[in-house]
Amino acid sequence: MSITATGKRSFGAFLWDYLTTVDHKKIAFLYLAGGGFFFILGGLEALVIRIQLIVPENDFVSAGFYNEMITMHGTTMIFLAGMPLLIGLMNFAMPLQIGARDVAFPFLNSLGFWLFMFGGTLLNLSFLLGGAPDSGWTSYASLALQSPGHGVDFYILGLQIAGAGTLMGGINFIATIVTMRAPGMTYMRMPLFTWSTLITSVLILFAFPALTINLFLLMFDRMFDTAFFNVALGGNTIIYQHLFWIFGHPEVYILILPLFGLFSEIFSTFSKKRLFGYTAMVFATMLIAFLGFMVWAHHMFTVGLGPVANSIFAVGTMAIAVPTGIKIFNWLATMWGGQVTINSAMLWALGFIPSFTIGGMTGVMLGSSVADYQYHDTYFVVAHFHYVIVGGTIFGIFAGLHYWWPKMFGKVLNDALGKLTFWLFFIGFHMTFFIQHFLGLMGMPRRYWVFLEDQGLDMGNMISTIGAFFMTAGALVFLYNIVYTAIKEEKASADPWDGRTLEWSIPSPPPFYNFEQLPLVRGLDAFWLEKMEGDGTMPAGEPLQDVHMPNGSFLPFLMSLGFFVAGFGFIYQTDNSLWYLALYGGMAFAIGCMVVRSIKDDHGFYIPKEELQKVLDREAK
Amino acid sequence: MSYDPSLYPEVMPAEPEKATLEGKNKFFGLWFFLGGETVLFASLFGTYLALKDSTAGGPSGEEIFGLGLVFFMTMLLLTSSLTSVYAMYHMRNNDFKKMMLWLGITGLLGVGFLTAEIYEFAHYITEYGFTFQSSAFGSAFFALVSFHGGHVVFGIAWLITLMMRNAKRGLNLYNAPKFNTFSLYWHFVDVIWVFVFTVVYLMGKVG
Amino acid sequence: MKKWLGKFKTLTLLGLLTIVLAGCGKENLTALAPKGGSADTSLYLIILTTTVMSLVFLAVVIPFVIVLLRFRKKKGDADFIPEQVEGNQKLETIWTIIPIILVVIMAVPTVLATFELADDADASEHININVTGNQYWWHFDYEDEEIATSQDMYIPVDTKVYVHLITSDVLHSFWVPTLAGKLDVNPENVNTMFMDAQEEGVYYGKCAELCGPSHSLMDFKVVAVSEDDFDTWVTDMQDFDSEELELDAIATEGQELFDSKSCLSCHATDNQEYQAGSLPIGPDLTSFADRSRFAGILLPTEENLVDWIVDPETIKPGNKMTGAYDVTEEEAEKIAHYLMQLSPSDVTADSVDQEK
Repeated sequence: MSITATGKRSFGAFLWDYLTTVDHKKIAFLYLAGGGFFFILGGLEALVIRIQLIVPENDFVSAGFYNEMITMHGTTMIFLAGMPLLIGLMNFAMPLQIGARDVAFPFLNSLGFWLFMFGGTLLNLSFLLGGAPDSGWTSYASLALQSPGHGVDFYILGLQIAGAGTLMGGINFIATIVTMRAPGMTYMRMPLFTWSTLITSVLILFAFPALTINLFLLMFDRMFDTAFFNVALGGNTIIYQHLFWIFGHPEVYILILPLFGLFSEIFSTFSKKRLFGYTAMVFATMLIAFLGFMVWAHHMFTVGLGPVANSIFAVGTMAIAVPTGIKIFNWLATMWGGQVTINSAMLWALGFIPSFTIGGMTGVMLGSSVADYQYHDTYFVVAHFHYVIVGGTIFGIFAGLHYWWPKMFGKVLNDALGKLTFWLFFIGFHMTFFIQHFLGLMGMPRRYWVFLEDQGLDMGNMISTIGAFFMTAGALVFLYNIVYTAIKEEKASADPWDGRTLEWSIPSPPPFYNFEQLPLVRGLDAFWLEKMEGDGTMPAGEPLQDVHMPNGSFLPFLMSLGFFVAGFGFIYQTDNSLWYLALYGGMAFAIGCMVVRSIKDDHGFYIPKEELQKVLDREAK
Repeated sequence: MSYDPSLYPEVMPAEPEKATLEGKNKFFGLWFFLGGETVLFASLFGTYLALKDSTAGGPSGEEIFGLGLVFFMTMLLLTSSLTSVYAMYHMRNNDFKKMMLWLGITGLLGVGFLTAEIYEFAHYITEYGFTFQSSAFGSAFFALVSFHGGHVVFGIAWLITLMMRNAKRGLNLYNAPKFNTFSLYWHFVDVIWVFVFTVVYLMGKVG
Repeated sequence: MKKWLGKFKTLTLLGLLTIVLAGCGKENLTALAPKGGSADTSLYLIILTTTVMSLVFLAVVIPFVIVLLRFRKKKGDADFIPEQVEGNQKLETIWTIIPIILVVIMAVPTVLATFELADDADASEHININVTGNQYWWHFDYEDEEIATSQDMYIPVDTKVYVHLITSDVLHSFWVPTLAGKLDVNPENVNTMFMDAQEEGVYYGKCAELCGPSHSLMDFKVVAVSEDDFDTWVTDMQDFDSEELELDAIATEGQELFDSKSCLSCHATDNQEYQAGSLPIGPDLTSFADRSRFAGILLPTEENLVDWIVDPETIKPGNKMTGAYDVTEEEAEKIAHYLMQLSPSDVTADSVDQEK
């Protein structure tokens, strides 16, 4: 591979490149494309749900299909859209921000993506193969055990495969941040997005294994007649709920913390000010993550755990408001006194503040256990978590895409279209979800296929559905903007936002090795520091030398394919024992690939320093 | 070309497993992985503790567990942890042959443990008709103990692959981290067993 | 506990007034206009937390708006480099301490209320009802009174009634928003809570935990009547004997069909034979004609009943009655006619509504 190779390549070469790539930036694009695809799918499912609920006792879809829709909407949005899009952003930006040439385990990075993609595909194939899972994204044991057909089996195997990929991503990011920071990049000089990537990865590491075990137990109960949740044989379904939320609550912080980091960068960049209270922000993030593991049972206030447990978890939940409040006020203080430039990226960040604050408010309200006896499992909860997940995560992902688009693809997304996207989505979002707080308290439980006539719920649901169409329109404008920008917009400079962190010090898009020489970091906001006190370029942290890069590999794709086939084996072996062939065959193939990987030495390759010198000379001109 | 660590085994540094960036990554990566594994086993232990008395009329732990065999298994595994420490000691002294010898002993002890475990399971199934379908206790017991057993199987397979692959090439900076990560993993599997021994067998028999 | 409840009563009423004016919800369904002590406590906490949180919202949004107005870069503004402020210890301490105080303000009443609502020490002095959740209907067993109903739960007003919840199949959640918050209906343990209706009326009950396709159709009613009426109802129920009913020709044929089509193997029609404490496979039909709704959702007319008997799957997808029998429309009409005679008492949901 030569760093000077340019020009058109055939589609085949392009495809092969992406199937075998271990470059963190290309894997990021794969994550964004995969996550984006599932986001559209999940969005369509949401539309079906809202259309069904536009009028009372509607029969747009059947009850069974409706339950498949709510299950797949939730599962898809959380596991196959939200997290992959975030991992995409983290994969792209984090190594650049710490001044690294790749992640610690490039091969694992690729494996993580392909596992996610094959897991997600497996899960969604259930639509074509006799029905999707229909027990809710939580898939609580009693109903999930009773659910006929293979829907829930697809849920289990799909998430198991995709979850393994996510876990690898988490380990990879932690190792990268621990060992591969550029010279001078101490922990307390890391950009907030990198900090939140680190903390999120720790959450992934400690939360996902609980899900793995839970799915494993559910799988054995469904397929091999074990009795974990079979009450007749002494099983206990509450265990499922505990394990699910021990994973599930940290999961919502996995979905929001990276964006807390990202918003910190955006507020600071577009106010031209250093982040207010950097240290407090870092420790607040850690505190949120820590408390996030302590409060899972607030999802279970109505299970009947008793007043002692309910009180402890209620108080713990409310306590999370404190570090979150610190963050919000620090963001406001960051903008205070600055010069606030409002463009599409900043608009999403600004829209996030009131939206997420409402989500946080209702979060604290839900923490009050006795009040929760009324809120629980109603549209109030639906409103609450959409306020945090859409108002936080999705707003954040849009902000991040507008912010890093020039770094990723060398072009700034059209600002007018970007603003139109925001306003359509923002208005639609509040229209859809604000009214749902009241619907819940007015007696509408969640996951309701129909609501009955003459129960005072008609108007609210109608408004909510109209809002959903606004959000759809916003998303469509964004897709149009991608195409428009690719065709019409001018090439962007390396640093279009007057950025503060390392990724803006290298060309847009960055070369595959990122840095010719690793930069020397002299303080927080390293690049800004050089602009203010230095010559505006990063000083080198190492002499010019040959750069070691990893080789691409097709094995991650093949291994994931093996697990994918084995997944089908697991699902269908209950029907016909011939499917054990797929189970063992797929497993053997995947493990075979693993053995090949460990037996074949792969030392990577070197970019000679002469070539890097040429690039440096060209840039100097 | 610049310095390629894998080509110069004779200049082995004091801690060959952490001398290169790749080695350091592997070292840290495995530690983090073990962090995740801890939660994995914690979930299984939690499930076991919640279900250990739910025998649904079937055999209880007190009736079927025999501490003698399990104590023997514990000794095997603890000894294998010690032998893997010897192996790492010889690795740091760049003594490839002795390292392989001690790794081999580690593997054999692991196989011994597994044999005993299979015998134990077979005993439960044939003597008491106690399987993972008998009761919630049965499910939880077999899930926890076989999950650990599965880790031992994986460890042995890993060890065999490593030893066969590197038998002829000696020690270098490229494979030293691989041996080291195996040894870390093996210690972890042993520590988990100590908990299994205490929580499942000792507390099941005595508590 | 009662003291602060009283203090906030005025506040609650004021809040309620605005809500009612805004038309928020149907009477006896909404949680925003409670008519039970337990729902009162919940609403009090809802209002308290909402008030505190709204103050926080203002504390965020006011500076936010000021930032947008004062520090926004307007057209023609010259670029400048603002002062790079690291932080401000005093400010940061303030916005750490104040939220902690606010959390305490919300946490203390929450904990008190949690313990209050969980106290079931006096259960033996009150009426106890064993509630069983089933896909997709509810069974109410009055063990001490040796009677049982399904779908409509009768309770006396102005006193506590304890419900003991368990499910026969999957998880459900028992929710009567206007009377009390919800409690899950688990397969492995009995959950207990109390309800105390302050007014006579028919209250809407819902299932609040996904339990299958007809989860949204698993409605039930709580009929709160005066204590005298309740006693009458209990006596009427105890005295009822479907064998002694004076039936016309069609109803008699219906009764025979009810027997021959083996409806009886799932549905009890008679408290005399009903073994209190054991569970029927299908809803108990003793007081069927007195139901406020058929199948939980249909208006109680004979035509609706015929439709239900002929094709239950369309009305409640996934229900367990579908396919269990084979009747023609004509037969269904006769059975329906018979079932419409099963009215042990004059105390019914209708009578409560009319009194009001």
